[in-house]
Amino acid sequence: MSMEWYLVVSALIFTIGASGVLVRRNPLVILLCLELMLNAANLALVTFARMHGNGDGQIFALIVMVVAACEVAVGLGLIVAIFRRRLPIDVDELRELQG
Amino acid sequence: MTTSAWIVLLAPLAGFIVIALSWRLLPWRVHGWIGTLAIATSFVAAVATLIALQGRGEEERQVVSVAWDYAVAGGVDAKLAILIDPLSVLMICVVSGVSTLIHLYSVSYMAGDRGYTRFFAYLNFFVFSMLLLVLAANFLLLIIGWAFVGAASYFLISFWYRRTTATAAGIKAFVVNVAGDVGLVLGTIFILRETGTVDFLGTFQAIPEAFGRNDGDLVAGAILLLVGAFAKSAQVPLHTWLPDAMEGPTPVSALIHAATMVTAGVYLIARMHPIFEQAPAAADVGAIIGCATLLMAATIGLVVTDLKRVIAYSTMSQIGYMIMAVSSAAYAAGMFHLMTHAFFKALLFMAAGSVIAAMAGTQDLDRMGGFRRAMPFTYGCMVIGGLALSGIPPFSGFFSKDEILGVLIDRGGWHVGLAVLGYLGALLTAIYTFRMIFRAFHGDPVPEAQELEHGHLYHAPEHTNPATGEVEDTDVGFPGPEHHIAEREGTMKLAMGGLAILATVGGVVQIPKVNEALHTFLEPAFHDSRFYEELQPTGGMVLLGMAIGAALGALGIFIAYQLWVVHPERPAAIRARLAGAHRLFVNKWYFDEAIDLLIVRPSAWVGRFANSTIERGLVNGALVGGSTGAVRALSAAVRGIQTGYLRYYAALLLVGLTGLGAYFLISA
Amino acid sequence: MAEVFFFLAAIGAIAGAIGTVSLRNPFYAVLALVCHLLALAALFLLLRAEFVAAAQVVVYAGAVMVLYVFVVAYVGGQDTPLSSGGSGGLRIVSMLFAGALFVELCVAVLGSGLAALATEGAGIQGATGKAADTGFGTAAEMGRLFLTKFLVAFEAASLLLLIAAVGAVILARRRSGLEDPREISVADVMRGSAGTAVDAPTETMLEAGGPVKR
Repeated sequence: MSMEWYLVVSALIFTIGASGVLVRRNPLVILLCLELMLNAANLALVTFARMHGNGDGQIFALIVMVVAACEVAVGLGLIVAIFRRRLPIDVDELRELQG
Repeated sequence: MTTSAWIVLLAPLAGFIVIALSWRLLPWRVHGWIGTLAIATSFVAAVATLIALQGRGEEERQVVSVAWDYAVAGGVDAKLAILIDPLSVLMICVVSGVSTLIHLYSVSYMAGDRGYTRFFAYLNFFVFSMLLLVLAANFLLLIIGWAFVGAASYFLISFWYRRTTATAAGIKAFVVNVAGDVGLVLGTIFILRETGTVDFLGTFQAIPEAFGRNDGDLVAGAILLLVGAFAKSAQVPLHTWLPDAMEGPTPVSALIHAATMVTAGVYLIARMHPIFEQAPAAADVGAIIGCATLLMAATIGLVVTDLKRVIAYSTMSQIGYMIMAVSSAAYAAGMFHLMTHAFFKALLFMAAGSVIAAMAGTQDLDRMGGFRRAMPFTYGCMVIGGLALSGIPPFSGFFSKDEILGVLIDRGGWHVGLAVLGYLGALLTAIYTFRMIFRAFHGDPVPEAQELEHGHLYHAPEHTNPATGEVEDTDVGFPGPEHHIAEREGTMKLAMGGLAILATVGGVVQIPKVNEALHTFLEPAFHDSRFYEELQPTGGMVLLGMAIGAALGALGIFIAYQLWVVHPERPAAIRARLAGAHRLFVNKWYFDEAIDLLIVRPSAWVGRFANSTIERGLVNGALVGGSTGAVRALSAAVRGIQTGYLRYYAALLLVGLTGLGAYFLISA
Repeated sequence: MAEVFFFLAAIGAIAGAIGTVSLRNPFYAVLALVCHLLALAALFLLLRAEFVAAAQVVVYAGAVMVLYVFVVAYVGGQDTPLSSGGSGGLRIVSMLFAGALFVELCVAVLGSGLAALATEGAGIQGATGKAADTGFGTAAEMGRLFLTKFLVAFEAASLLLLIAAVGAVILARRRSGLEDPREISVADVMRGSAGTAVDAPTETMLEAGGPVKR
């Protein structure tokens, strides 16, 4: 398979993840969709690594995975804290930071 | 000589400052004497300057003394300089001399008034301003003195500032004077533009080269100067302020509105004679206006019932004579009449003040009568003043007024018509003057006079505004509780006596066929005048003119005697027969109404329009409100982005990203 | 053969993605994501990134998603229907722009004219004709790269992990003495004495297991 296919798949997954972020109201699911977008980026990176023939892209993808893990940890911690305070788990309700 | 001239100018200023700064430190009576002393110093210095000036050679009698040279900016050579020449020396002697006597009079007249100190401070400031005006050697100082004099007049007219009539009169005077100031400044600019210098002597030298005869710019500038002169000298149509200015205390009326400030216009035209000789059109305008004012004021004086206003209209009329004279190049005659008029008019006002004090503040002629026995000294002074005013020989007014008319006839052409009208005015003058005297002093004594005959000065049970009848008190801002009449106050007698003597013998300086001291004295100031030598006061016609003038004066007194002493019921019948004319005169020829209609109401309308439409609508609403509203709307719009919805922000991010991508794709 | 595997893996990935986005129950969404991750690992393998694929399965699908499962079990929360104030138009706009973004990316990729994109990848065959000889994508190669060329990134990533761990602990701890009476603890939930979310959701594993016996 030529590289283009992989990149198209990556773009498709990325936009699916983006629309998911915009559409869902549960912050947990929003984080999941963020993971989707990150994975799409990973796919693109690995594709380019294959294209160039060196491992740089794969290293990048691993680092991205690390970052994603950290982000999930912190984000889920936030959600747990929100839940503990008995606030509704709904991004449309959590909007005190407004102008 | 220059030192004494500067002392003349600075002594009143020093008096003003000393009085103003020490008003709480010294007893109030002292301030009166400080003021009088300052002006007396000024007078002594003026006489010293006169003597020194005459001691110089004939060619050297126009001296400019520069005290300070301001930085020259824009081609205007501004200097703090005074011009010492016969014309200014004559003026300072008259001004400081008459002012000294009036200060002396005020020392007793204003005693008891809570604003005594303020009065003398203002009076000194006024004298300083007038002297500055007269001694100025360039247009700048002239304008400064002009403006200061207007301000001093405002201060003094509304001296009793808690009286609304007084403050209204002060504002009216000030506004009309400002209209004149504008004319003066604009006229200066018109002339300055071509000559390039504000210095008088430099300007006068440059006039013949810079302008042709009757050049449009020059005529315009001269007419604007005339506007200034008319406003200050209360000529038609800028005269409406002078009768109302009688709201001020009597010494103020005597000093400012008879002897000095209102003569500033005459001085201006005389000083600017090279301009007026080069622009005869403007000079003719001056002559015609002077003549018109002369007659109009005389007719109004015939019917007015307020004692001071009769004298005020008389002033207006006599200044009309002076303006007519100096506009027709009879400079010496005009200045002569200025001098004698200062004497007898101030005397008349002082006497009127005495009568008003006896009436406890009322100025209404209808309520006066028969003061002859109760106030003999006042009566004598009033008669002397009246005779001088009516032009009866050998009093000073006779010589000066008839000299004017004689020179006008000598000038020939249509000026003879002016002279004829002048004679008519002389007849009317005699009539109204003695109407006033006979009504106030002859006839049955009114209750106030009877009280005074018994040695008791009448005091009203409660103090009221004589014009409106409003109740007042005697605290600061209103007249004091005491009234001072000449018979009882030594200083008043002294001042009035001095003026009576001057009014009687003041004519000796210029008796036709005998001497022409004034004419010779003033010659160095008018050496560049075409007419000065030609219009000799001692022509053949002059004696005839003088005889006619004396006869008219006597006739006028006789008519007044008949109407108001012998047959006192006749004036009512005449009034009924000439009701239309009477109404016209009583309404002062409807000038106040005309000005109200033409100027005051449109200005008020413009002001209201500017406030409601331009200020509120345009500036506040559109400009200020509009810009703030626009900013507020913009910020509200921008604030609308901060909704607080997470997904909304994410959507914005996505949209932005897409947009960027599209941009780069397209540009690639 | 590679094409078949590619298409299978691709379809799996896309299906998982769509499932993540559209499933109501957050728990099912997590499972869909796991499926997606496994498919993606297959794609990585097709691209000869062995280590990355393994890491994907072990770390991502294995650790991160398990963490997710725990939190979903704890928090849960049902997804109310998507229509809420003002978000209807928002959905359409976002769909539109997502589609536009996809088109753009495709245009960028396909229209870029990069010749390399049309190939199957650069040559990674070694002397013996097998890719494995060059070590492309092997763990050894990854390790070597991490410790030489990308050492700083490696260290930074570990620092980041430390910070994230500390941050997560701080975020979720219960502050002694500053107890918010509204706060509930895991113990309360297990006991069932404290209510969970306001509306007593029925989708967590806890409730799914029936009422708690004290």
